[in-house]
Amino acid sequence: MWAYATRRVLGAIPTLFIIITMTFFLMHVAPGGPFDAQRHLPPEIEHNIRAAYNLDKPVWQQYAIYLGRLAHGDLGPSYKNHDFTVTELIAVGLPVSARLGLSAILLAIFIGIGLGTVAALNQNKLTDYGVMGIAMIGITIPTFVTGPILTLFLGIYGLHLFGYDFFLPAGGWNGGALANMILPVTVLALPQIAVIARLVRGSMVEVLRSNYVRTARAKGLPSHIVVLRHALRAALLPVVSYLGPAIAGLLTGSLIVETIFGIPGIGRYFVEGAINRDYTLVMGVVICYAAFVIFLNLVADILYAVLDPRVRYSQ
Amino acid sequence: MSAPGLANRNTVTLERALDIKGRSLWTDARRRLIQNKAAVASIVLLSLIALLAIFVPFFWPYSYAAIDYGAIGCAPDWWPDWNVPCHAGGWHVFGMDQNGRDLFIRVLYGARISLSVGLVATLVSLFIGVSYGAIAGFVGGTLDALMMRFVDVLYSLPYIFLVIVLMVVFNQNFFLLFVAIGAVEWLTMARIVRGQTLSIKQKEYIEAARAAGVGTLATIRRHVIPNVLGPVVVYVTLTIPTIILAESFLSFLGLGIQPPMTSWGVLIKDGADQMETAPWMLIFPALFMGVTLFCFNFIGDGLRDALDPKDR
Repeated sequence: MWAYATRRVLGAIPTLFIIITMTFFLMHVAPGGPFDAQRHLPPEIEHNIRAAYNLDKPVWQQYAIYLGRLAHGDLGPSYKNHDFTVTELIAVGLPVSARLGLSAILLAIFIGIGLGTVAALNQNKLTDYGVMGIAMIGITIPTFVTGPILTLFLGIYGLHLFGYDFFLPAGGWNGGALANMILPVTVLALPQIAVIARLVRGSMVEVLRSNYVRTARAKGLPSHIVVLRHALRAALLPVVSYLGPAIAGLLTGSLIVETIFGIPGIGRYFVEGAINRDYTLVMGVVICYAAFVIFLNLVADILYAVLDPRVRYSQ
Repeated sequence: MSAPGLANRNTVTLERALDIKGRSLWTDARRRLIQNKAAVASIVLLSLIALLAIFVPFFWPYSYAAIDYGAIGCAPDWWPDWNVPCHAGGWHVFGMDQNGRDLFIRVLYGARISLSVGLVATLVSLFIGVSYGAIAGFVGGTLDALMMRFVDVLYSLPYIFLVIVLMVVFNQNFFLLFVAIGAVEWLTMARIVRGQTLSIKQKEYIEAARAAGVGTLATIRRHVIPNVLGPVVVYVTLTIPTIILAESFLSFLGLGIQPPMTSWGVLIKDGADQMETAPWMLIFPALFMGVTLFCFNFIGDGLRDALDPKDR
């Protein structure tokens, strides 16, 4: 297994390298520099600024400098957030984004598996159709619609239960307080809950018909043990292989969620960087995301190989 | 039974078989699609939205950019118990937006943009994906390995990031938006086409074409691509909503369509900003977009069922 893991890690390096190279050159063929929008500067000052950011050198030299710095974990200075390096900005934003994303994926896995199992156990009954109908809505309606609508109903109109009014904060992070996390995490998790519920339902329906489940029932095991111990384990394999795409989906969704709810994560830096043409920041975040996605895909693949003994470690 | 009787019956069966008109895969598929109620209803609804988007702007009394300063953020006239008295100059079925523009015509312009982005970008992705996949699969060997490795690399990054990078690079140009989204969203198409090509490559008619001296590119164009169209058609109907979503996503973030032109993403963004005071600004664009996405998904599912060889 370790040989397999090592090979996968080594295989990820060229991937990351190609992504870095591609983003770098894309950013540098862009017409207009990051300082074009500012007031007209005297030529000497403009020259000094360009020199300070190495923009006066040929592109291949800039590329070499960038790679050299990257090897030391330095993503360069941010062009627009003066006095900050990209590494510093990411160091501030990443824990926030990671916490948001991790909570969302955990929520999605638990709720998704629960709903999918319930739907499979009630196959072709009202519960099943209800769950799958909601899942269809969850998959189709994008995050940037569910986000504002949930905020409207839970954050602005509020819930009126048992004579009390409940309002969730409509935005802000507040150091990651639970109340502030509920809405963004839910919005981020909804599409993934829907997909996971559909996956689990599909595989669970098949597993429940298999011989070993019938055997388990025949020896008189209680129903919940058959479902939880025997069936669920096999039914979870598609979920594990879906983890990679789920994470990609979460990263995409986090751009929206962080923007809507004003959460200071790297997704918001990315969007602001893109609007302000802050090349180094955009590149830094893309590289960070790419490394993240590649790493988590790796983990998902290895996890899959561990869970499913039929998978061989050869490629 | 005597031998002549058997022969006679066989002849009759054969004659009857010759009388029956053969049903092609596409006739079969169309018949199955028409039986799928959800798909048919989606096609009707989607055509309705498209027709509204195409024709209504020609005679609608308000333009998408015309501002009525007296009617900023006015509710639709029929909006239930809305306690802000507001009298828009004229009849506005969806109310007014935060700048006093008729929301109905803006939603329809949003539909124009979203649907045309969906179609154009899908065509771009179709062109790139099909030619890429067919060449990789047909030529095979090292070229195939290299080309597919490149696809794997791009796959490892959520494509919306590449689109955003492209949008930054090309300075939010309207037409490049179409191309950029399509140019990034072809990976799955390339994989599907490559997989199909690999199996088609083994068929006798390809060998026959080669024996007859047809060149590689001509073989791909004449014999491979027409035969991979089934899965491609299904995937195209699923690509259109993805692309509409991507465009709205970008516009929502302020990286796509620039004002005063609008798209559903922009409208939903504006609506989200104003939802406390003017919820209709969020509800109508979101409704149109949700319905459109649902329709495309149902049509895609219907087509998949119709073309899926497993059901036959």
